[in-house]
Amino acid sequence: MSLLEIREVTHYFGGLRAVYNLNVTLEGGELMGLIGPNGAGKTTVFNLVSGFYTPTEGEIFFLGRNISGLKPHQVTALGMARTFQNIRLWNSLTVFENLCLSQHHQLGYGLLGSVLRPRSFTENERRVRRTSEQLLEILGLAHYADELPKNLPYGMQRRVEIGRALALQPRLLLLDEPAAGMNPSEVDQLIELVRWIREEFKLTVWLIEHQMRVVMNLCEIIKVLDFGETIAEGAPREVQQNPRVVQAYLGDEEVSYA
Amino acid sequence: MRRTMPLLLYSLLCAALVFGADTGLLNAYVQLVIMYVGINIILSSSLNLINGYMGEFSVGHAGFMAVGAYVTSILNVRLFTDSSLFGPGLLGGSSALYLFPVTLLVGGVSAALVGLLVAVPSFRTRGDYLAIITLAVNYIVKSSIENIQFIGGARGFMGMRNVVDAMTGVVNMPWVLIWILVFAGLTVWVLQRLVTSTYGKGIIAIRDDEIASEIMSVDTRHMKLVAFMLSSGMAGVAGGLFAHILGYINPGTFTIMKSTEILVMVYLGGMGSLSGSVLAAIGFTVILEVFRPLQMAKWVVIPLLLILLMLFRPEGIMGHRELTDVFPRLRRLLGSQERRP
Amino acid sequence: MGLRRVTGLFIETFLQNLLNALQWGSFYALIALGYTMVYGVLLLINFAHGDIFMVGAYVGFFIATFLLAQYAVALPFALPPTAVFLLTLLLSMIFTALLGVTIERVAYRPLRRKGASRLYVVITALMCGLLLENGNLLLLGASRRNFPELLEKTIYTFGGVTFSNVKIMVVIVTILVFVLLETIVHKTKLGMAMRAISYDRMAVPLMGIPLDTVIAFTFVLGSSMAAVAGVLYATAYPVLDPYMGALVGWKAFIAAVLGGIGEIRGAFVGGFVLGFLEIFVAAFFPSTLRDLLAFSILLVFLSLKPTGLFGVARATKI
Repeated sequence: MSLLEIREVTHYFGGLRAVYNLNVTLEGGELMGLIGPNGAGKTTVFNLVSGFYTPTEGEIFFLGRNISGLKPHQVTALGMARTFQNIRLWNSLTVFENLCLSQHHQLGYGLLGSVLRPRSFTENERRVRRTSEQLLEILGLAHYADELPKNLPYGMQRRVEIGRALALQPRLLLLDEPAAGMNPSEVDQLIELVRWIREEFKLTVWLIEHQMRVVMNLCEIIKVLDFGETIAEGAPREVQQNPRVVQAYLGDEEVSYA
Repeated sequence: MRRTMPLLLYSLLCAALVFGADTGLLNAYVQLVIMYVGINIILSSSLNLINGYMGEFSVGHAGFMAVGAYVTSILNVRLFTDSSLFGPGLLGGSSALYLFPVTLLVGGVSAALVGLLVAVPSFRTRGDYLAIITLAVNYIVKSSIENIQFIGGARGFMGMRNVVDAMTGVVNMPWVLIWILVFAGLTVWVLQRLVTSTYGKGIIAIRDDEIASEIMSVDTRHMKLVAFMLSSGMAGVAGGLFAHILGYINPGTFTIMKSTEILVMVYLGGMGSLSGSVLAAIGFTVILEVFRPLQMAKWVVIPLLLILLMLFRPEGIMGHRELTDVFPRLRRLLGSQERRP
Repeated sequence: MGLRRVTGLFIETFLQNLLNALQWGSFYALIALGYTMVYGVLLLINFAHGDIFMVGAYVGFFIATFLLAQYAVALPFALPPTAVFLLTLLLSMIFTALLGVTIERVAYRPLRRKGASRLYVVITALMCGLLLENGNLLLLGASRRNFPELLEKTIYTFGGVTFSNVKIMVVIVTILVFVLLETIVHKTKLGMAMRAISYDRMAVPLMGIPLDTVIAFTFVLGSSMAAVAGVLYATAYPVLDPYMGALVGWKAFIAAVLGGIGEIRGAFVGGFVLGFLEIFVAAFFPSTLRDLLAFSILLVFLSLKPTGLFGVARATKI
């Protein structure tokens, strides 16, 4: 049973075709990249996979289960987590609380529990907090724990977002342009981090990225989209030399061969 | 010991107030003010859950109050008193004593169910549109009551005096005051516990970024349901208590004006600050009483004050902070939970 | 009774109600236009707008009484009532426009400058509305005023359907106002700037038009429309009270939302839709249920189509 299977997915926004005949299979353990010029439909793919949209055509299977039509938080609960193109951290809550909150679906208590606070509440809260603490340690964010995300440097905020995704203890991690807005040294740290967490947490990672340095260094397989269609797929070297890919990127200022 | 400190302090305060009321140290007027303060505490903190913590704009809180007021009052009058409307009471006056909180809660639950009218639309709409829906619900409730002639319609409903008399007939204590104090404390306690738990913080997450919340495992529908129903339920309880202060209610009390009053308290205290709501409720009620001679100008001064507030200190008295943030010593005294274990 | 007679009666009642609905809806439409324009430009629900309508009516009252008193005192020039009416309308529009712009400048603009959250401005708007209502109450007392009769009320009867010239006039004026507004918004530079602001606030100053001018212009337009509605309303229903703006205002706001707030066509249509709803509900149900049913229908409608009839949902980018 593969981890993620996207079968013949096509998605329309009204009359606009955003994704066409998408097929992806992730067995588990891969580090896959999704690239393509702006507007190619990459984030839409992530939105489809994470349950925010229901595909117009085709099906998506996660851990063997058809997830089309499930609500996002249900998909997340199955073991999928993601970060966003624009950082979407909860700015009224501290970094620590941000990490705790993504464990909301497995709190193990509800309204009554939070008010009456029986033993199960204390134990569950302790478990949640411990997970968050450990993650903060691992990610080198411990000293930011009580800060508000908006006060952190941008690179750190991205890291917190990743931490928040990891707190969900996912099997599949979707990263939407994690290196956006980072300076070169931050990008290096990110590459290290992603490699490391893939090993450490036995994750499958799928990332969207524009910075070729990240993609080429990090990804084992790359899928290229243009106008919603797959135009190439394979190992980094192959894809880089694929004429269709080169053509799609010609004139696109986003591509930086750092 | 630390954990029970706030409870202890509050109980002492309540005991003192009740003693004062019982013995006549506190005259009827002061008792009245204290009772209004209690009601307003429940109203403003329950509205703060929606407008502050969840970041919505609910302008119809008085509607839920009306539901609770009427349900509780009708139940009480039916069950515990002999009235011209219903005939002899079903259960007799003495049971009023221990069933009063039960009927209050029934009123609260009814209000919570009406809260569904707002909660369900909130799944798909936010902001301005939801505000209008809350407005519409407030109006619908008021209008519906006006159209039910059986319970008095626009003329109002009375008979709660007898309920209170029935209670004091068994044990002579200022029961309405006692129950208000109890429920005010309970409301604040429940809300504080809710918003400091990770579960309750889901509500704040929805305010900050609903989409991220939905995707990062928060069941936003569930949380919205909980928040709206809890908020309106509490308002319903406040309504039930309110009805027994004067013994008479009419739909005209529960209009947008009343909702606006509650709004004022929430924004005065600071959105998302529970202690702010409490302080604002106390301050607002007291100031209103102090300026009672200037009754005429009340509704000119209040809006003016709020406009000035918006211009110069929109975050209200407390902003987003709690009393324990401003006075850290208080935190140790009250034994509040630390951020980290 | 023969079938023909029954159907005839039915049609008559229907037409009668239709006419009433058109007139009733006109007021909502006129006021709704103000709400929708300000919302389109500032994304702000100007809760004070309904009370601007009330002020328009009251100002009209004072101007009319003043001018009539002059007339009664027999000054060198004699003003026929129609002239008084037109003057009242005009002066009321001017005064109300000034009021609207003043409120914007004193209460809303400082908050805009500070970049305050929209919510604070909304609350301020709500408070301004209350100020107007209760200020009126405080200054003028609770007694109601009677708007003087300026126009000869002529009743026409047409096959069992009665209507007055006032009713017709109201509807015609509203349609004219709508046409005027559409022209302004689509054909003039300021009008196009108004539309542009709702999409991108930053771009407009870059086009050489000061933001404040456009916003002031929006308030001028909206407030004068409300004044027109106020004077017409007072002409049709001569009893004024300080809270008249409150309920009518809220309903007009609902009409704007129904039509899709931010869209001028929406406000216009929404006003008539609500007018129709209310009149026809009142025709078949006890009048006390009128408001209740109208609000309930609104509730259901908004739950199903939140953006209203003409509104366009603004998509959020993830």
